[in-house]
Amino acid sequence: MTITQLAGKPVEVNDEGFLVDPTEWTEDMATELADLHGVDTPLTDRHWVVINYMRKEYFENGTGATVRKLGKASGVNTKELFQLFPKGPAKLSAMIAGIPKPKGCI
Amino acid sequence: MKRQRMVILGAGTGGTLAANRLRKRFPTSELEIDIVDQNNQHVYQPGLLFVPFGLADPDDIVRKRDRQLHKGINYHESGIESVSVDANEVRLTNGSTLNYDLLLISTGTKLLPEETEGLDGPGWNKDVFTFYDLPGATALAERLETFRSGHLVINFFDLPIKCPVAPLEFAFLADWYFHDKGVRDDVKITYVTPLDGAFTKPAASATLTHLLEEKGINLVTEFNTGEVDTVGRKLIGYDGTEVEFDLAVVIPLHGGADYVHNSPGLGDELGFIPCDNKTLQSKVRPNIFVLGDAADIPTSKAGSVTHFEGEVLVDNIDAFLHGRDMVERFDGHANCFIETGYSKALLIDFNYETEPLPGHFPGPVGLPLLKESRINHLGKLMFQSFYWHGLLPGRDVPGIGSHMPKSGKHELQTSGKS
Ligand SMILES: Cc1cc2nc3c(=O)[nH]c(=O)nc-3n(C[C@H](O)[C@H](O)[C@H](O)COP(=O)(O)OP(=O)(O)OC[C@H]3O[C@@H](n4cnc5c(N)ncnc54)[C@H](O)[C@@H]3O)c2cc1C
Repeated sequence: MTITQLAGKPVEVNDEGFLVDPTEWTEDMATELADLHGVDTPLTDRHWVVINYMRKEYFENGTGATVRKLGKASGVNTKELFQLFPKGPAKLSAMIAGIPKPKGCI
Repeated sequence: MKRQRMVILGAGTGGTLAANRLRKRFPTSELEIDIVDQNNQHVYQPGLLFVPFGLADPDDIVRKRDRQLHKGINYHESGIESVSVDANEVRLTNGSTLNYDLLLISTGTKLLPEETEGLDGPGWNKDVFTFYDLPGATALAERLETFRSGHLVINFFDLPIKCPVAPLEFAFLADWYFHDKGVRDDVKITYVTPLDGAFTKPAASATLTHLLEEKGINLVTEFNTGEVDTVGRKLIGYDGTEVEFDLAVVIPLHGGADYVHNSPGLGDELGFIPCDNKTLQSKVRPNIFVLGDAADIPTSKAGSVTHFEGEVLVDNIDAFLHGRDMVERFDGHANCFIETGYSKALLIDFNYETEPLPGHFPGPVGLPLLKESRINHLGKLMFQSFYWHGLLPGRDVPGIGSHMPKSGKHELQTSGKS
């Protein structure tokens, strides 16, 4: 675990860069997290649809959504998800939303 | 107690073991048990992995479903049309209706090849196959018999899939198979995954990546297949990148059974049933329980998991019938043998909280964990007999309970949970 500065505040992140405590996250951390992890900024409304959906899922179900669930339920389809968050929509949007890596069913 | 009627949907691994355990626990005067399945062919699914290589005969891994059920269980062979959770009623495709006091959903998961663009194209079952069902595994066996050079690509598109290690095992067995045929140098093998490593769990991923290297199997990670060109023979990623192949073995996307989508309020977007991951009681209605692959819980979709869940389920149905509190006992325990070829296998064991650890299972003197060995391979082979004669009839196995054992394992410094 390491401490980094995000939006001027010290927060704890794990080895992969996910926030350890999702309640420490604030909206202004999102852009900095996006920059750090190779997602184009400024974040658009479409990015925010996904980010907000991920936080909602996490607080309701204890884990963020997988790509397939995002594609079916977030209002952004799979193709666009990959345009917004190239490489890994679920992982990257979780990272930016300050929640843990979604539990892809193992 | 007034006589209650329990309806079980699906007579696969979970439905069968639950029906048998419940029949043993409750007399027919207390509980009437009805079970429904769409066909009477119970496939031992772990055996599908061996069919393409001629290591299992299709006839050996199929048995009659109704023959696996104890006396006093009513078997209905029919498709399921829908469930009304408000009316406590199941409609079957044969036109009849079953009313229930208690419902168990164990209809597993369905392959959805149609959800990947192009996959049902003209090259399906010609140059592109799956071994995840019996017709696919059998067709692939025939194709492998003549495939002696070219690029073999193995790809699963996204989680969840049943037995997530099976595609890797396929790669290991393919390496062995082509060695054995004397053509390994002419066959290039590539394992393509949407994950950032060979496996979801970091500790096991390291071991498995190493094995891939050792066996000369190429690894492509974070590849998200959006389309399969079955004629031009390439996988096309959502980002436009491509992987060309001569022969592709793919695992189609998985979802819940069809009828779930016709049953308002029953399932989630993918057709899986939301349930409490410690008690297996559904979040839909208190009188609905879920067992096996149909459940939307964060552990592997595997027969071993279904088996471990079975005990907890029966206790909770007992608790429900007698108005007691649910026991929150299921810990996500999963246990998989991983075939690595050359008559060897590796064993991993984990739960919701703990990574697969090295050591021995189920205690200090036992099968080696996270290490290739011949004894693990024998364990995997013996599992088939245990499946028909121990697991399905609902016999308890001494020493192997639903809880993940900790003795015999070495603690490992892992960096957080995945
Ligand atoms: C290739 C492969 C290898 C595997 N290897 C392993 C392994 O090594 N170890 C391990 O632990 N697990 C393994 N598994 C996974 C294991 O087989 C499953 O997890 C297990 O069978 C799940 O049990 P279940 O009862 O949930 O579903 P199933 O056993 O699949 O049963 C579901 C039943 O529901 C019925 N059904 C579905 N829809 C309907 C409908 N609409 N109407 C009527 N009936 C319906 C089906 O016909 C089926 O009989 C493997 C699976 C595959 C495909």
